[in-house]
Amino acid sequence: MNGWLGLVIMIVLAVGYAGVMIGLSLLLGPKNPTPEKLAPYECGMPAVGDARERHSVKFYLVAMIFLLFDIEIAFLYPWAVALRDLGWAGFVQLVTFFLILSVGYVYVWRKGVLDWGPAARVRHPAERKAA
Amino acid sequence: MMDTPFNAVVPMLCVVFAALAVMMAEAFRGRDEQMALGGLGIVGLVGAAVSSMLLWNRNASSFGVIVADNFGLFVTMTLVIVGVLTIMFSSVVVRRDGLPAGEYYALVLFAVVGMIMMATANDLLVIFIALEILSLAVYVLTGIRRDDPRATEAAFKYFLLGAFSSAFFLYGIAFTYGVSGSTRLDRIGAFLAAQSMSDSPLILVAIGMLLVGFAFKISAVPFHMWTPDAYEGAPAVVTGFMSTGVKAAAFAAFTRVFLSAFEPFSVDWAPMIWILAVATMILGTVVGVAQTNVKRMLAYSSIAHGGYLLVGLIAANDVGKAAILFYLLAYAVTNVAAFGVIALLGTRDAANDELRDFSGLWHGRPALAALMTVCLLSLGGLPPTAGFIGKWYIFSAAVSAGYYGLAIIGVLTSVVSVFFYLRVVVMMYMEERDPGLAAPAHVGGVGMVALVASIVVIFYLGVLPTRVLDLAAESISTIF
Amino acid sequence: MPETLIFYALSGFAIGASAMVIGQRNPMYSVMMLIASFGALAGLYVQLDAPFVAVAQIIIYAGAIMVLFLFVVMLLNAPKEDGSEWDRSHPLRQPAVVRLGGLLASLLVVQLGWALLSARGLGGGVAAFGDAETVSSVRVLGRVLFSEYVFAFEATSILILVAMVGAVVLARREGEGS
Repeated sequence: MNGWLGLVIMIVLAVGYAGVMIGLSLLLGPKNPTPEKLAPYECGMPAVGDARERHSVKFYLVAMIFLLFDIEIAFLYPWAVALRDLGWAGFVQLVTFFLILSVGYVYVWRKGVLDWGPAARVRHPAERKAA
Repeated sequence: MMDTPFNAVVPMLCVVFAALAVMMAEAFRGRDEQMALGGLGIVGLVGAAVSSMLLWNRNASSFGVIVADNFGLFVTMTLVIVGVLTIMFSSVVVRRDGLPAGEYYALVLFAVVGMIMMATANDLLVIFIALEILSLAVYVLTGIRRDDPRATEAAFKYFLLGAFSSAFFLYGIAFTYGVSGSTRLDRIGAFLAAQSMSDSPLILVAIGMLLVGFAFKISAVPFHMWTPDAYEGAPAVVTGFMSTGVKAAAFAAFTRVFLSAFEPFSVDWAPMIWILAVATMILGTVVGVAQTNVKRMLAYSSIAHGGYLLVGLIAANDVGKAAILFYLLAYAVTNVAAFGVIALLGTRDAANDELRDFSGLWHGRPALAALMTVCLLSLGGLPPTAGFIGKWYIFSAAVSAGYYGLAIIGVLTSVVSVFFYLRVVVMMYMEERDPGLAAPAHVGGVGMVALVASIVVIFYLGVLPTRVLDLAAESISTIF
Repeated sequence: MPETLIFYALSGFAIGASAMVIGQRNPMYSVMMLIASFGALAGLYVQLDAPFVAVAQIIIYAGAIMVLFLFVVMLLNAPKEDGSEWDRSHPLRQPAVVRLGGLLASLLVVQLGWALLSARGLGGGVAAFGDAETVSSVRVLGRVLFSEYVFAFEATSILILVAMVGAVVLARREGEGS
């Protein structure tokens, strides 16, 4: 347990700092609310419609891809801790793992999953020639 | 072939590389560019077949968890045949239905990778990962026609229930590890044989949970609930693929786990599987009779076939183990071909898989009708087809092991099942074609080649089974 | 003694947060409470000498899976639960259903109690493999993962790849069919 004391102290510090900051501004800050001030900020214009808009399925896809690469990262932790014992064999094993997954990365990239704006869509070679 | 530590994974690697190549090709494909992605897959599968032949009789093993013994290689060959036939039928369907070609073939190939891994794995954890690889791929393939609500529903049901059964399977592995301290099948077997653990409930819990996981994948009653819906909703080619490939891989692992690691406890699990087998054979047959959709009927028929395979597992003598292998091969080729015919009959907008869609098929498409007839006769177990030899072999194994009851139930249900197979045949030949029905689609060259090839195999296995039977017998002599 | 105190604090926090997950009317707050609950669970894993499980709990569950949950909540655009639609006519409010649920809940409590009380007896079948020190070390875990289980590890990359392709296939936008 003792090895975790530092982490506990850090968590206490982080939470305490954030709490103190919010608490102080609540206590000391001047407050004269008007309806305009309380309205959600939307580019300085009066808000239009509901904030609860249906999100595009793209968000879900990105979350899914993030989850998959996150699982991959989770494997890095024991590997990094044990790297000195594993030597080059361990290195090669991890590189193989990452090479296989990088095929997936290239695939989702080329499929345009990582593109956001409509203009940034991947242009296919044929289109590029035409342009 | 040189002896390296990686020999045993070569067949799997061939398919992995083919799948990765398909993914890369799809990623860099121009928008309207056509690519022979299926051909790429076939190249990989042929590589797997060739390397399996080279590994025959060598008992290679890699990483201690993948063993290319003859048993695994025999199943690998079966899976390769299933994969090649599936890709050939798919090449027609993918273009017709406008499915995403790259993803489709990549998923089929990854599923084959999972199946081969499952058939050659000697470690419960690897079996689990293989199971997940093939399951995930097949869930997605089931719902790959996103515009079809039936397919989406089927994929969703299959996924939810499949995830549930995977949890059971994993829990069983955890219990097994807790008791024996290993996930390797040989070590578990040695540990259990050395220890008299008959008073420990934990290992029985573990066996029960693994049994549930396997029973789900081979759709044994009462864990078959997902099967009719998933099989009916999926595209017909995919149904053919999953009703044979998944079943073959799951049975290979099932056989390996229960006849090597849990062999010392066969007194405990044999009665459980006995009940499963009887329920599976009876329900699959009886409910199959009432179906009016051919895909759904074949779904129940494949449930019943799972029951016959379980009979071989219970008999567990040399004949029984070899019979499982032969039956898997015969059933796989026949069923893929039968679903291939259904797939080729469909069009983009109409599946054409109702019983009445087959009426008078003989007059419109005599070749397809004849090929379908052969498949149905083989599924029904009539000579001179592969199905007859398979059933004969399974039931004689049951009799020689003293399971007369099982053999009798098996023969009786086979007789009943002939009724619903013949009903389709009668529809095709005796009925006039309903003029209101749409004309069946034209069949491309590749699909026809695949069909004829599978018919040749069905007759070869039915008329000259000795060579393959010997190979199957040779396969089981190396393990267990 | 402080360890016991921490244990009760974390457990209380986890139970409280979990209760608030199902008590919230706004699904977004439920997800936030679930994250808090996962954080407390991670602390409990640390106390159980399972640091890797704790880290995985934070990285994968509290991190990635909760992001997924949030996006799904936003995707479904689930509104605040209204009191009005949760009235007596709801199928889950029928007396038979409530009774069945109550029966199952009490069964669960009895089972849990039984399992906890007789845990010593059931655990007898579990063999002990190494002491807690060697089992809990992340370093040992890494060594085992990259030697004995290295094939399973590499196979996992294929599994992740299949999931990736599947996600792209199933969630691709409309109009991109071919």
